[in-house]
Amino acid sequence: MSGAFRIPGAGRFKQAKTARFSFDGQSYTGIEGDTLASALLANGVHLVGRSFKYHRPRGILSAGAEEPNALVEIKRDAARKTPNVRATVQELYEGLDAQSQNRWPSLSFDLGAVSDVASPLLSAGFYYKTFMWPKAAWKSLYEPKIRAAAGLGVSPDKPDPDHYSSRYAHCDVLVLGGGAAGIAAALAAAETGVRVILADEQAEFGGSLRFESGAKIDGQDGFAWAQAAVAKLAAMDNVRVLPRTTAFGYYAQNFIGLVERVSDHLKAPGHDLARERLWQVRAKRVVLASGAIERHMVFADNDRPGIMLAGAARTYLNHYGVAVGRNVGVYTANDSAYAAAIDLKKAGVNVAAIVDLRDNPTGPVIDEARALGIEVNFGRAVIRAGGKLRVSSMTVQPKNGGGERTIAVDAILMSAGWTPSVHLFSQSRGKVAFNDETKRFVPGTYAQDCVSVGACNGTDGLSATVDEAYAAGAKAAKDAGAKAAKGNKPKVDASESWSRGMLGAAPGAGPDTTVKAFVDFQNDVTAKDIRQAVHEGMRSIEHVKRFTTNGMATDQGKTSNMHGLAIAAETLGKAIPEVGLTTFRAPYTPVTFGAIVSHARGPLFDPTRRTAIHPWAEAQGAVFEDVGQWKRAWYFPKAGEDMHAAVDRECVAVRKTAGLFDASTLGKIEVVGPDAAKFMELLYTNPWEKLEPGRCRYGIMLREDGFIYDDGVVGRLAPDRFHVTTTTGGAPRVMNHMEDYLQTEFPHLNVWLTSITEQWAVIAVQGPKSRDIIAPLVEGIDMSDEALPHMSVREGKICGVPTRLFRMSFTGERGFEVNVPADYGQAVWEALWAEGQKHGAAAYGTEAMHVLRAEKGYIIVGQDTDGTVTPNDAGLDWAVGKKKADFVGIRGMARPDLVAKGRKQLVGLKTKDPKVVLEEGAQIVEDPKQAIPMKMIGHVTSSYWSENCGRSIALALVAGGRERMGETLYVPMPDGVIEVEVTGMVFFDETGGRLNG
Amino acid sequence: MLLIRCPYCEEERPELEFRNAGEAHIARSANMAGESDDDFEKFFFIRSNPKGIIYERWRHMHGCARFFNAVRDTVTDKFVMTYKAGEPKPSKLPGAGK
Amino acid sequence: MAKAAARKTAPAASPSVERRPALTGRSTTAAGVKVEVLPPAERMSLRAPEASVAALSKALGVTLPKKPKTLASKGGRTALWLGPDEWLVIDEAGNDPLADCAGVSALHSAVGISHRNIAIAVTGAGAAATINAGCPQDLSLDAFPVGAASRTILGKTEIVLLRTAADAFRVECWRSFSDYVFTFLSEGSRDAAV
Repeated sequence: MSGAFRIPGAGRFKQAKTARFSFDGQSYTGIEGDTLASALLANGVHLVGRSFKYHRPRGILSAGAEEPNALVEIKRDAARKTPNVRATVQELYEGLDAQSQNRWPSLSFDLGAVSDVASPLLSAGFYYKTFMWPKAAWKSLYEPKIRAAAGLGVSPDKPDPDHYSSRYAHCDVLVLGGGAAGIAAALAAAETGVRVILADEQAEFGGSLRFESGAKIDGQDGFAWAQAAVAKLAAMDNVRVLPRTTAFGYYAQNFIGLVERVSDHLKAPGHDLARERLWQVRAKRVVLASGAIERHMVFADNDRPGIMLAGAARTYLNHYGVAVGRNVGVYTANDSAYAAAIDLKKAGVNVAAIVDLRDNPTGPVIDEARALGIEVNFGRAVIRAGGKLRVSSMTVQPKNGGGERTIAVDAILMSAGWTPSVHLFSQSRGKVAFNDETKRFVPGTYAQDCVSVGACNGTDGLSATVDEAYAAGAKAAKDAGAKAAKGNKPKVDASESWSRGMLGAAPGAGPDTTVKAFVDFQNDVTAKDIRQAVHEGMRSIEHVKRFTTNGMATDQGKTSNMHGLAIAAETLGKAIPEVGLTTFRAPYTPVTFGAIVSHARGPLFDPTRRTAIHPWAEAQGAVFEDVGQWKRAWYFPKAGEDMHAAVDRECVAVRKTAGLFDASTLGKIEVVGPDAAKFMELLYTNPWEKLEPGRCRYGIMLREDGFIYDDGVVGRLAPDRFHVTTTTGGAPRVMNHMEDYLQTEFPHLNVWLTSITEQWAVIAVQGPKSRDIIAPLVEGIDMSDEALPHMSVREGKICGVPTRLFRMSFTGERGFEVNVPADYGQAVWEALWAEGQKHGAAAYGTEAMHVLRAEKGYIIVGQDTDGTVTPNDAGLDWAVGKKKADFVGIRGMARPDLVAKGRKQLVGLKTKDPKVVLEEGAQIVEDPKQAIPMKMIGHVTSSYWSENCGRSIALALVAGGRERMGETLYVPMPDGVIEVEVTGMVFFDETGGRLNG
Repeated sequence: MLLIRCPYCEEERPELEFRNAGEAHIARSANMAGESDDDFEKFFFIRSNPKGIIYERWRHMHGCARFFNAVRDTVTDKFVMTYKAGEPKPSKLPGAGK
Repeated sequence: MAKAAARKTAPAASPSVERRPALTGRSTTAAGVKVEVLPPAERMSLRAPEASVAALSKALGVTLPKKPKTLASKGGRTALWLGPDEWLVIDEAGNDPLADCAGVSALHSAVGISHRNIAIAVTGAGAAATINAGCPQDLSLDAFPVGAASRTILGKTEIVLLRTAADAFRVECWRSFSDYVFTFLSEGSRDAAV
């Protein structure tokens, strides 16, 4: 038995297998095809949660995505716990484990419910008023307490083991919503042959056909027609049908975000199956068929479990075969609730009474209800519901006052009318228009290539809906370039029609009352709260919304917005359109971070770039550091060495014998063309025209503002060919900067740029023995100082592999940078390493590289410069071509502020105590005894222990630094003041003799 | 994500392939070194930042890699037109005068 | 230009060391999709103005395409239009296109990038869906027919994409991004296969 409230013969899952599940530890049985909500109701369970603010017991309000109350936690295992899942959407599977939320110690006895009694203290806007004093208590006391007491589910605290996928898709016609309207539109579009995507948030297509027992299309029951039509669509090559797929966002140029719930409904999803799939769809035309959402009646204690939307009760009966009670009352202001009463009555459920606010409505459903013997009361209101954990009665009174009568019920079905779902239309930047006659907002002015059809467009009646949708689908296809359709429009044989209903508080919950008549269930906002907001001075609906939080919960006010607006308008004495509607924002329903992130996690969070030599360094036990996306060998510790010891050893080895360094990550750009030198003249401060082929030069690149942007050694391979190097981190932006000038400022130059960063692996061999290591492997290049002086480049072969061999140094030692095609990088490195072993060479990493260059006062752009440093500031005036008429930055460099006295200049610092190593970033002052805040005159940019110098060394930007040589300055630190002496930037081999040593 | 028509690729391509490059039609002086402080300030620092029609540069960074110009409405975010780098600022916009 | 091009780096006749391409031999198969790393090829980035196209086409033995998003192919050599003055030339027959351009006096820039790029083949019924896991372009046969080629995006990287058959693509990316691209395509193929 799948629940005591399952009605034999009712529903669409008669042959379904049973499925066991648990809720708050209690075992139940449902059937496959159930939602968690229908399965709970089948077992007579209405109480499923506690409310957000007052901890009031709550039941199941709806049968769809608009559900504000029935939010539960679904737990698959310790890491797979999903909070705030709508029980009305979650499909049942064997073994499903659900827990209620926001209650302690239990759902039926919740201590937090004291806040319901204390509710006068928790009125609208209480956050802003009550917890203002003392100020410090907000952070330490009030906020944590409020957050703990309120809030919804608990986030999982383990990494999400599921995976999520994403897909870009393109189509001609995207149909959002798979009810009668969406299906008709999709059929019309698909029959023309254009690419169609049809998506619906439910597991089954059909929309309101799930409960409309009176619908007949093409001679079939409406729901059966929907299934057949969707099966036909799914079989077409040009159609993609996406069930369980919610369109959550409508973005510019018909770009729609959809989330497909791929495996949340499965008992044991396979490892290959994503949990959710993010679809990013670009559609030529969009058909919005998002339907309408039923509104509840706003009366006292309308939130008691067992009180639900009439359409939902009908869905549970007609689709799932579940009666929501045995003795139900109906409270309505429109016809559609009558159909629910009739269906339930026919299924054997007692309908205690229908209470209709309207005075003297007429129509076939009313006649039919009466004919079935249901008591029908006109012009009356339900002024309160009885019961606490479950509704037990409804108290009825004539709407203009008079005698009360209490009727025992175990459920109340209510309907205040239907609100067109204009969320996606509004997200598309369309403007809604208020229809005064039907009292609803419908699509008005369109901003994108889309069309609304059916209930979301305010179209009443199945026949009109199908006609409108079919025509719109055909037109959308035609507009997207289709030829004429050849299909047949579905024929509606029988349908139901819905009337209008009412907005705002019902009698008994009017301005003179203090009852809790809920407008927004999820955020616990009552009619009284909205009136209070107006009385406290809120005039705009946007202010009322924020003050009361009406419509700001995760359901985004799907059931509450119109009621809230009507109450605010009434209190303000204004018409509804004058008060306006709040903005609809994406997402339509909550979207998991997993879906948004999709593939971009773990190794795909961001590319990890490794050089061709990386495997060797890894095998040697190198420690790596992240430099942008690159992994670079930081240092190569030997057994028992810490970082300090390894770096000291590497630094000494380079100056004593030689070191090998993987410099492959340096940016490299090949500049080719007859105007290559002219282009280089414009992009770098240095002169290039006279640089001979085969020679190199250190180049500085500025931005137009005169500040250093990048630097690097440039080799001239031929009159029309330069091999330019950039910093590792600067490579992409330098390329972009060069392309920008070439394409847009200097397009007359015949020169082209190609990134060759990854074509060449670069092995730096530095140190007195460097030539001895390289020479035996090189063919065709004279390695003598005369033939290959410092700052020159030759092409030849090494290990039989083509090479661009640079004689250059970033260490101050005799040095080379061996460029070889990347696939040969590791093998050539290994050959050089073998040679190096004969001389006692070491591999060194980026830390040693930094120390060695600092010993020589060579700057690192981005470390010793920060985008506000000129060549002069950095002591690099010598690299600026004084005779040049133009280069990027020439004018910026001459700006008054950039040539003013007292600018920060790069200098060396030596601590008075040579053992003390300064902290990079530390501030520098002239007088450490001055009052705080002290006047800071500069900061440390680079600082290291230099084993080669036997002391600490540092570079710093100091105001007027070059005029302070020999001065003592101070670096105040938390544990004392450090005395430093201003020095030149070169700490080792000041004469530079070792370049040829 | 916007769709942007690349005038070199002659089709609309997804925004992810593009990169904005700031306001268009700000010419770099042929006599840069001789610019006055005021003129340099205007050239380098001052941008129009209009509400409505803006002329701006884009680069089809991950496509044909060309820089080009675009006319975009900053209110609606809609591209009015795109044209190749070096072409003059359009004197009349399509759809103007409606 | 001849002078410069003559200095290009020819492939070594007899390297004494081993070539170790990235991702050698990696492949993964999901239902309906195969993702596999392709062997090394000769590659050249060719830049040239309109006036030089005829001379270069003649030298290369393949007519450089002038239409955006297209390619031309002959004898194992493929020239992809990447931009109005830019072609990627891929030679899978072992002939060096740099050598062929060396004698061309017409204005151009030819730069060897054989080692810069890695090629990954994505084949099978789910090939387009696999690539669309991270590529925002419309890969329907109407929008991206067989013989279409374009630089574009895959996830957070740039790729060059060409369609070699209705259900086959070649994805070119830079060497250090190849692990990311291969992993992305593997993930995509797993989802496309389901």
